[in-house]
Amino acid sequence: MARKFTEAAIAGIGATEFSKESGRSELQLAAECAKAACDDAGISPHDIDGMITFTIDNSDEVMLARCLGVKNLAYTTRIPGGGAAAAGTIFQAMAMINAGVCNNVLIWRAMNERSQYRFGQNPTNTTSYQSGNGTGSLLWCVPFGAMTPASWGALQAQRYMHKYGVTNRDLGLISVQQRKYAATNPKAWFYNKPITLEDHQNSKWIMEPLLRMLDCCQESDGGQAILVTSLERARDLKQKPVRILGATQSIPYNVEVISNYYHEDLTVMPEAQGVAGRLWDMVGLGPKDMQAAMIYDAFTPHVLLQLEGFGFCKAGEGKDFVKSGALAIDGILPTNTHGGLLGEAYIHGMNSMAEGVRQIRGTSVNQVKSVTNVLVSSGMAGAVLSAD
Amino acid sequence: MSTPEQPAAPAAPKPTRIPPIVTLDAKFFWEGADKELFLGQKCGDCGEFRFPPRPMCPKCFSVKTEEVPLSGKGTVHSWAIARHPPPFGFKEAPIIAVIELEEGIRFVSNVVGVGYDEVVQDMPVEVTFEPTMNNHKVPVFRPIKK
Repeated sequence: MARKFTEAAIAGIGATEFSKESGRSELQLAAECAKAACDDAGISPHDIDGMITFTIDNSDEVMLARCLGVKNLAYTTRIPGGGAAAAGTIFQAMAMINAGVCNNVLIWRAMNERSQYRFGQNPTNTTSYQSGNGTGSLLWCVPFGAMTPASWGALQAQRYMHKYGVTNRDLGLISVQQRKYAATNPKAWFYNKPITLEDHQNSKWIMEPLLRMLDCCQESDGGQAILVTSLERARDLKQKPVRILGATQSIPYNVEVISNYYHEDLTVMPEAQGVAGRLWDMVGLGPKDMQAAMIYDAFTPHVLLQLEGFGFCKAGEGKDFVKSGALAIDGILPTNTHGGLLGEAYIHGMNSMAEGVRQIRGTSVNQVKSVTNVLVSSGMAGAVLSAD
Repeated sequence: MSTPEQPAAPAAPKPTRIPPIVTLDAKFFWEGADKELFLGQKCGDCGEFRFPPRPMCPKCFSVKTEEVPLSGKGTVHSWAIARHPPPFGFKEAPIIAVIELEEGIRFVSNVVGVGYDEVVQDMPVEVTFEPTMNNHKVPVFRPIKK
C-alpha cells in the first residue's frame, strides 16, 4: 500500500459483560469483544491487519487471530506498564494508521481478573514482580509487605496528600461521584448502587490512613476491544467516526508505573505532566477545550494527580476542584461518566477508553451536552478523541 | 535417636517475612544485607549514586560500578500501614515506607520499633536488619533516638 500520513479514527468498540466470574476463558472473552468491536464498526474480523494489547494480557495474538479468521496480520505489539498501557494502545494504533502501514487495527484487553486471579491479593508467586512485566521495581517492595497495587499506590500518593492536606474524606467525593455515574449505567457492576460519603468513610482501611476499600478500583472479569482505522474509511462505516486527534506516551527519567518512588518530586505525577505537554502541543488544544475526561482511577488519589498533571487545576488544587463539583455531569469537567474502574469495571482502563468514544458519539448513558473533545488518560499515556 | 537429658531452650520463632527476590544486578545488595551491611551502588567513574541498581551509569554510561557502604541514615519520605489484605509474613500490619537516604536515593522498607501513631513525616531513621525465611536478612529502619 502507498504510505502517506493518514488520519486515524475509532470506528468500533465492543465489550463482553463485566462480571466477577465470566465462566469462560480469557481467550474467549478476547474473541467475543473483538468480534463485537468489528460488528459495531461494520467490518469483517478477517480484515484486521494490526493487533495491539498489554504486555500482561494472557491471550496470544496468533490464537486470537485464529479465532477471528484474520487473513494476513501485518503488525502486532504490546504495551508495558500494566494499566498505563490503556491509552498507550490508542497511541500505537493511531501511529500505525498515520504511518499508512495498517488499515484495521484491533486493540483488546480481556481478563478473568477476579475469578482466575486477583491483582488485589497477595502474590501467589513472585515471578510477576520480576523484570519483563513492564511494571517497575516491584521486587524492591515485596519483602516489606508492599505486595498489592494499593500498597504501592498509597506510598506514591502519601507525600502528595500530606503536602496539600488531602484527607481520605476528600478522596471519598471522587468515589461518590463515580458511583453516581455507575448507578445509572446498566453495564456497570455497581448499577443502581450509589454510595454516600458516609458509606465511603465506613469502608475498611486498605492502606491506613490513605486508602479505604471504596478508594480502590474493582477486580473484574471481562473484555474490551476497540477498532481503529483511517478517518476517511471510518466515514463510510456504520458509526459516527471518532477522530484520534492526538495521542502520546511519556515516561520521564526515573519514573515507573505504580512503584514510582525514584523521581525527584513525589507530590507530582511527571508522566502525566509529560503526556500533557506533548499532547496539548500535538493537538493545539488545552484543558479548557475538553468537555469531558476519562482518567485512570485505579485509586482515587491518582485522579487528583492526573487532573493537576494535565493542567485542569493547579498543583494541590485537585481536592478543591473535585469539591466544586467539577467532575459531575453538569460540572466543568465531567469525568469517568461510566463510573470508572471503581464503578463500572476494571478492564485495565480500556473500558474508560470506550466511554470516551461514547461521549464523542453522543451515546453514553450519562451523556454530556455538546461534546467535541474528550481527554482519555492512563497516566503514562493519553489521547484526545474528537468529533469529526 | 537419643532423648535429650534436659529440654532445649525454646527456639526463636522462625522468620516469616518473605525473602528478597534476587536479580544478578542487585546480588551485591542482598548478599551485603545477609551480613548486615547496607550497600549502595555508585558509578566507578563519575561517582554518581543510583537506585535501583543497574549495570550502567545514566550520567557517563560507564559500566564500572562500585559497591559502597551507605550511612544507613535517612528520613521517612512517604509511609502507610498495610491493613488489607494482611501482607504475607507479618503478624501485625507493617508500616511500609519510602526512606530518603542521606546519599540522595530512596529505598522502600519498613519503619519498626515505633507505634502507628508515632510515625511523623520526614522523621529521622537509621537502618537495622530483620531476618526473612531461608536465612536472609533485609534492611529496615528505626527511629533515631535523640
